[in-house]
Amino acid sequence: MADLSRRRFLKAGGTTAAAAGATLLGGGLAHADTEQSHPGATTLPYPRSGIAKASALKENEPKAFSYPDEDSFCQVIKLGRPVPGGVGPDGDIVAFSTQCTHMGCPLSYDKAARTFKCGCHFSIFDPEMHGQMVDGQATENLPRILLEHDEAEDTLYAVAVEGLIYGRQCNVI
Amino acid sequence: MSQYKDRIPLPPKDAQRTDMTCHFCIVGCGYHVYKWPENREGGRAPDENALGFDFRRQIGPEQIIMTPPMHNVIADRDGRRWNIMVLPDKQCVVNKGLSSTRGGQLASVMHTGEGASRQRLMYPMLFTGDDWVETNWDTALKVYAGVTKRLLDERGPEALAFNAFDHGGAGGGFENTWGSGKLMFSALQTPLVRIHNRPAYNSECHATRDMGIGELNNSYEDSEVADTLFYIGANGYETQTNYFLAHAIPNMRGETIAKKQAWFPGETAEKAKIVFVDPRRTLTVSIAEHVAGKDNVLHLAIAPGTDTALFNGLMTYVVEQDWHHERFIAEHTSGFDEALAANRMSLAECSRVTGVPEADIVKAAEWAYKPKASGHYPRTMHGYEKGIIWGNDNYRIQSALVNLVLTTENVGRRGSGVVRMGGHQEGYARPPYPGGRPSIYVDDEIIKGNGRMLTVWACNAFQTTLNAEEYREAVYRRAGIVRESIARARGATADELVDLIYDAVENRGGLFVTNIDLYKTKFSDAAHLLLPAAHPGEMNLTSMNGERRMRLSQRFMDPPGEAKPDCLIAADIANTLKGLYEADGNSEMAARFAGFDWQNEEDAFNDGFRKPEGIDTQGGPTGDLATYERLRAMGNNGVQLPIKEYTGGKLVGTEMLYTDYKFDTDDGRARFLPAPWNGLPATVEAQRKKYRFWVNNGRTNHIWQTAYHDRYLAFRRDRFPMSPLEMNPKDAEDLGIEAGDIVELHNDYGSAFAMAYPEPDIAEGHVFMMFGYDNGVVGDVVTPWTDRNLIPYYKGTWADLRKVGSMRDYKRTVSFKRRRFDLA
Repeated sequence: MADLSRRRFLKAGGTTAAAAGATLLGGGLAHADTEQSHPGATTLPYPRSGIAKASALKENEPKAFSYPDEDSFCQVIKLGRPVPGGVGPDGDIVAFSTQCTHMGCPLSYDKAARTFKCGCHFSIFDPEMHGQMVDGQATENLPRILLEHDEAEDTLYAVAVEGLIYGRQCNVI
Repeated sequence: MSQYKDRIPLPPKDAQRTDMTCHFCIVGCGYHVYKWPENREGGRAPDENALGFDFRRQIGPEQIIMTPPMHNVIADRDGRRWNIMVLPDKQCVVNKGLSSTRGGQLASVMHTGEGASRQRLMYPMLFTGDDWVETNWDTALKVYAGVTKRLLDERGPEALAFNAFDHGGAGGGFENTWGSGKLMFSALQTPLVRIHNRPAYNSECHATRDMGIGELNNSYEDSEVADTLFYIGANGYETQTNYFLAHAIPNMRGETIAKKQAWFPGETAEKAKIVFVDPRRTLTVSIAEHVAGKDNVLHLAIAPGTDTALFNGLMTYVVEQDWHHERFIAEHTSGFDEALAANRMSLAECSRVTGVPEADIVKAAEWAYKPKASGHYPRTMHGYEKGIIWGNDNYRIQSALVNLVLTTENVGRRGSGVVRMGGHQEGYARPPYPGGRPSIYVDDEIIKGNGRMLTVWACNAFQTTLNAEEYREAVYRRAGIVRESIARARGATADELVDLIYDAVENRGGLFVTNIDLYKTKFSDAAHLLLPAAHPGEMNLTSMNGERRMRLSQRFMDPPGEAKPDCLIAADIANTLKGLYEADGNSEMAARFAGFDWQNEEDAFNDGFRKPEGIDTQGGPTGDLATYERLRAMGNNGVQLPIKEYTGGKLVGTEMLYTDYKFDTDDGRARFLPAPWNGLPATVEAQRKKYRFWVNNGRTNHIWQTAYHDRYLAFRRDRFPMSPLEMNPKDAEDLGIEAGDIVELHNDYGSAFAMAYPEPDIAEGHVFMMFGYDNGVVGDVVTPWTDRNLIPYYKGTWADLRKVGSMRDYKRTVSFKRRRFDLA
């Protein structure tokens, strides 16, 4: 395991060095953080990507973005009440991968129920409870996109993913 | 599961691949098990991994299912460590590549020696009075066989009680039902045996069998070509998931119309309509409406326990409309006129009793039984499960339903059928049960102080019986007497322990309890001896699913520690007893315990399933055609029983029963049975009059059976730390109950605790509690009433409800969002 992880880190590390200094907001591509890429690391080299301005989010209106690269679809949502893992001034902003963890079908957000739903095999996930599967055929909750909020610039940064994104052997390709 | 949550090792191209049938529900989805050394992994290029996918880029939707719970690292007994990955088989005709949330965790439930699976029983264990100690098989068998022999010699077989599995899949299979059955019925010859989920040895389908129709009479494919699907007390999405998703939904979406036209030339072919009979609006109803549109879904929300009236009303109406199949009735059935006369019920009366509007009863009859535009009779597939099996008088309801089916010839024609949807897989091969019918209400005998020794085999009645509180109290009290005796034994040899235990059970009302299982269970809290068993993957195992499809689920790893397959545990017990009788010079008794000289599970299979004469076997008389080698070659598609022939290197099976109109009766005619509507049983009616809430109960999608694995898996346990209790929000508000509160149901029989889960689709005055869970047991409030064959009415009880208090952590960590797919 350790050897294989190391190989992957080294490869990703090379990418990182080349891409260092790219703008965060507006760029959809992955940019790994060199500090995470040392040979003994046990976390993947996730990029730090600006995804939105916190004050620009409307309550219960999800906003789409991609992370950690352009092929991985996510949504960030301001829920209007503090929720587990929530960031921002009100502790109410969370983000998730919106490919169903079962078979990767795109999830849609049900504003009334405040859940993400999959039309393929009817799985339902709760963004207000760390992506817990309410019901359905997945074996994993929704991968949570870990966010940081830079208060000075009001920017939300995606910094890592908790849980395996559908259709991947590793979140950082 | 890997310690990394965001990556997963790939099987290399040369990884070993074997077939596995999912252990859990009746559907029996096909999976592939990949196994390769822990220190290797496949590359991401398609030609570098066994899956053939290019993992250098994002894989599109519905191409693959591969999640962290589908991977694990296991160790064999020689110390070598391996990666395993268990993925659904796209070529399997049952699941067509789908995995359910239960089957999707097959890799996670295999023993790793770390984390949750440390809970597995690895060695026989003996209770020393205040603690469990590990012991070896020799000692455990000496104690078990020693007590058994004393009781058998001095009291006879009636002293030996068993709570035992009778099914397929994990904790079952043809090998293990045969091994345990041969021990109980041929060797010990005890009739004091009950089945895993009910208090006696009986069938859940006596009525349909008496009428000449085995309960699994069609194929899953018939749900693809039916004109109408008629679901009765069956919640397909949560309990037969991939049957519903892979076979029923395509028909409801109209994706199988071309297939219908090809199969039934000249007949009107449209997308399926679906009728649900259920007092509760289930998840399946909500999904069907989403998929097929509300115009094609009819939900008959009958009053609890009134199914018999509904079927009798429908039968009467169908005959009045002249939609009955006179020629079929005349040529292939008997008893129609008597049954119709006994069951006759007007539309108005049917509506009054069931609470269903007359127009909806008529609509159901038109959808299911009125001739189609082309003039052909519709092909209606009737699927029923616990709503009527555990309903108000199992025998009577089932008779009423099958009467309706026979009246409309919905059996033996493709696209039709009258089929139990099923819980477990099946896998029955046993010598005949040595008792009568009705058999013995074993729980009641235990409560009354009868039986001296109880073996609890791969089941757990503390979570899955009726009148559970009184039963549990009796077992604890009687087992406690034995525990006190054992506690006083210091330095006792196995023989001395046998004497002590015998004295406690014979002279002081004790009960000696042995548990044979994968884990310690709630029942083990009352036990004295634990014997560690194996499950699929650790042994070769054959079972059949709800369309009688038999597969060999292949062994790919060693059982943990000293654990072994149930059939070989049965053999060990029999062989130990044989030795004891031989030492006594009692050759007659020794002979009863002969014939267990099995080295492995295949020997047990060959001894039972493959020698069908004189035994009760779901393989039928042609079981001898199935060999492990032939089944291995048939892979995850296996063969549908009964086997017709072995030809060209393939086993040829039977897709649908009764296509020749030869039913399983002496004269070959299907038999109508009178089943007049008779209201609720007095015992149940007394609770209804006294208490506010009807206590409906059943499964949820997340949890399998008694949660014997699931209780240790965070994904499951975090979702339901306690049995959820769905209730109408108005009732909740009235009682000051909020989501996540702990509540108590209580009535004349006991009390059950649960986690409140408000849900607008639950009718006022109803609640729905998860059945069989370890934390919150609904059986505690279920009455002891059974039907004529000792089948419980689990769904028939009423209770009051009170708020115990709030649990902050439930509210913090559990979602109480709607589980139904549609909007409120």
